[in-house]
Amino acid sequence: MTEKTYDLIVVGGGPAGYVAAIRAGQLGLNVVLIEEKKLGGVCLNWGCIPTKALLRSSEIAHILKEVGTFGFDISTPPQFDLKKAVKRSRDISEKLSQGIAYLLKKNKIEYISGRAILKGNGKIAVSRKEQRELKLSAKNIIIATGAHARTLPNIEVDGKHIWTAKEALMPEKLPKSLLIIGSGAIGIEFASFYKGVGVKEVTVVELQEHILPVEDIEVSKLAQKIFEKQGIKFHTNTMLKDLKSTKEGISFSLMHKDKSEKGQAEVALLAIGIQGNVDNIGLSKTRIKVEKGHIVTKDFGSTDEPGVYAIGDVAGPPWLAHKGSHEGIVCVDHIAKQPHVHALDVTKIPGCTYSYPQIASVGYTEKKAKDSGFDINVGRFNFQANGKALALGEADGLIKVIFNAKTGELLGAHMIGVEVTEMIQGFVIARTMEATEADLMQVVFPHPTLSEIMREAVLDAFDKGIHQ
Amino acid sequence: MTIEIFMPALSPTMTHGNLIKWHKKEGATVESGDLLAEIETDKATMEVEAVDEGVLGEILVSEGSQNVPVNTVIAVILEEGEDKEKLNNYKPSNLKPSNKEETISTTSITPQPVILATSVGIAPNSSSPSVEKLDRIFASPLARRLAEENTLDLKSIKGSGPRGRIVKSDVENFIKSGNTASEMGFGFPRTFSNVTGNGSYHDEPLSQMRKIISQRLLKSKQEIPHFYASMDCMMDELLKARKTLNEKLDKAQKISINDFIIKACALALKDVPKANAAWLGESIRYYNNADISIAVSVDNGLITPIIKAAELKSLFQISAESKNLIKKARENKLAPEEFQGGSFSISNMGMYNIKQFNAIINQPQACIISIGAAKEGPIVVDGKLKIATQMTSTISADHRVVDGIVAAEFLVAFKKYIENPLLLVLA
Repeated sequence: MTEKTYDLIVVGGGPAGYVAAIRAGQLGLNVVLIEEKKLGGVCLNWGCIPTKALLRSSEIAHILKEVGTFGFDISTPPQFDLKKAVKRSRDISEKLSQGIAYLLKKNKIEYISGRAILKGNGKIAVSRKEQRELKLSAKNIIIATGAHARTLPNIEVDGKHIWTAKEALMPEKLPKSLLIIGSGAIGIEFASFYKGVGVKEVTVVELQEHILPVEDIEVSKLAQKIFEKQGIKFHTNTMLKDLKSTKEGISFSLMHKDKSEKGQAEVALLAIGIQGNVDNIGLSKTRIKVEKGHIVTKDFGSTDEPGVYAIGDVAGPPWLAHKGSHEGIVCVDHIAKQPHVHALDVTKIPGCTYSYPQIASVGYTEKKAKDSGFDINVGRFNFQANGKALALGEADGLIKVIFNAKTGELLGAHMIGVEVTEMIQGFVIARTMEATEADLMQVVFPHPTLSEIMREAVLDAFDKGIHQ
Repeated sequence: MTIEIFMPALSPTMTHGNLIKWHKKEGATVESGDLLAEIETDKATMEVEAVDEGVLGEILVSEGSQNVPVNTVIAVILEEGEDKEKLNNYKPSNLKPSNKEETISTTSITPQPVILATSVGIAPNSSSPSVEKLDRIFASPLARRLAEENTLDLKSIKGSGPRGRIVKSDVENFIKSGNTASEMGFGFPRTFSNVTGNGSYHDEPLSQMRKIISQRLLKSKQEIPHFYASMDCMMDELLKARKTLNEKLDKAQKISINDFIIKACALALKDVPKANAAWLGESIRYYNNADISIAVSVDNGLITPIIKAAELKSLFQISAESKNLIKKARENKLAPEEFQGGSFSISNMGMYNIKQFNAIINQPQACIISIGAAKEGPIVVDGKLKIATQMTSTISADHRVVDGIVAAEFLVAFKKYIENPLLLVLA
């Protein structure tokens, strides 16, 4: 059988893989993309997009609670139909997945549906459903196989009472009570969704001292306060000791310091991070190293096997679609020897949590900046003092910025409040283009907008605040 | 009026450029700011923009032409109402005299003129707005501030950001690689040194000559595998001969030790022609004549005028010519052909009582000889202590061209002529 040769083979059609393939196509490389399941990966089918569609429902639920204050008569409160909300979410995913097939076609990128197995020496075998196996080879291979939810030993995800994110996306009915293990972005988003649409008891367990452990502590604390006001319960510094399926649901025991506590709930959701898809893809035929469930990479995604790169979730945290996409572009630019290619800098990658209220951040937290030895200036501004926030009826929130006191570099920005996921980009641009406080102070922000909070926070860092 | 477009000098040291691409065709309408052509230097590719508007009348240097001298007219723009007929037999108005003889060739191995430093023949075309634009340095605000805080000149830093923009990491890497303002003395604006008002140093911006010297010597030391060989020559006979000759000559005609050395080198090169050579990258050039470059210090720099075919000239001719060239060099009046070229260099620090030193090779030449002072001292002859005058000479040689044995043979021949000065007078 003949072996087809390419400049580049991309394994995996998620946001890292398909973006890498399109970039390679733009640069004139002869590229093929192999995806076993659906184009768009977890992000599009089981992650970012469908969860956002669901969270829109809970956001509307929050507005409906306050709708009387906006002058509407709500003597008959609207009822929530879970099936419709889930269907809307699935429809959006389906539509976008088809969009990617179109983009690949438009960029003349060959797409093979099948499972790719590395065979070493730049060779790959693709097994396909009811079709013969294909043999391919390429000078460069990018592994972008993504990741799956991490589970715990001795706990079986049955899809009925014990869920991972995938099951939580398509519930048949709302549980009466929900225990969420893990308070990262995924755990908090589902807590926010289920609480928003009417689940009575939502409890979140976090091993670390604060919820949303990667965020600035000040933001984490404020988030917990606001969520608790909404009725979500939190157990921080707490370990899950035991979790069992019962007839009615689950029983669990938690360990907080020396104290043990037992409880029951209808459903438990495991949101304790993800693990790279590194099994059964032929890594043993290569020199690639795997650590903590992820492929070990150096700059530009290169692995220990020459000519083989890894990008996206399979290459380790932060597990973010936009990190994977950017890694894809940087990796392909590096392969194609483009000028001025910089390796990815994680301190310039924003992270967003689409709970109610939203949380967004980029760069160093205050603690990390101090631990790194920076002399810093910190500025803050609250949503309560912003006209637009009050007009929207969304007065809970804070923007905090951290500058290097010596150089004026914007080290980090941390936001909680309505629509902050759309605003963080202003600070990401500033950080990426290396603006200093002097430049940011020259920027005119439109009035009245939420973005004025960004400006006031910057001014506050240098004791120049106008409105506080 | 027709408007001439010149090959711009994109950097102070640029003498030639390659015309990569024309973005406008003959007859095309041109507006101010339009991209006309792309020029490539050894360092970068730059764009030439139109400053005036009109119609691109004629392209005089075609796409793909290499080594086009700076200030050559590369195209002509016709202003509104002008006829193309006017361009028949068009003669560019201001080719620089030094460029007149140069033809535009598509071969790239034209050996670089040997210039240690000059302001002639480089003529940065600073009046052209398209050149002025290049003075803008693209750097992020943070990179600018870091450079300012560390009193670094952004011009010395290479950018790695989009389109070569200088970013924070470039400045940090620059500092990390050991570059600090106070140690290196880059061309910092003077204002920095006055920050405290009573600084114990001052920063001198680089002159054109210093820039060229630094570039050429750095290049030589980085590219050439230098090796060195030293030899002592007995000077008593030469000093005696010089004394005898000079007794009969006018003050203006007196022959210097250096004149003897020039002649000795020329004759030694004739004996050992393998040392009279240059590295051209793809080939080695062996010269038929000994064109001796002599390093002359001038205000804030040095230049190397040439005694051509010194092996054919008498000591008196060499002496007269060398006096004339040194005078012209110090008055900055050397013509390009008087310092460009040369096959072998001499650097003499004997007059400063330097015992021995190793000069840097003057590219593309393969050898330079460093002359120390003639000094009286004890020597041992046949087991007995004697007093004699000796001079240490060191050859620096490019090992790609010259092997150790060639350098040794040259020094042996050189010693023979220096120690038997009658051979120099008679030849």
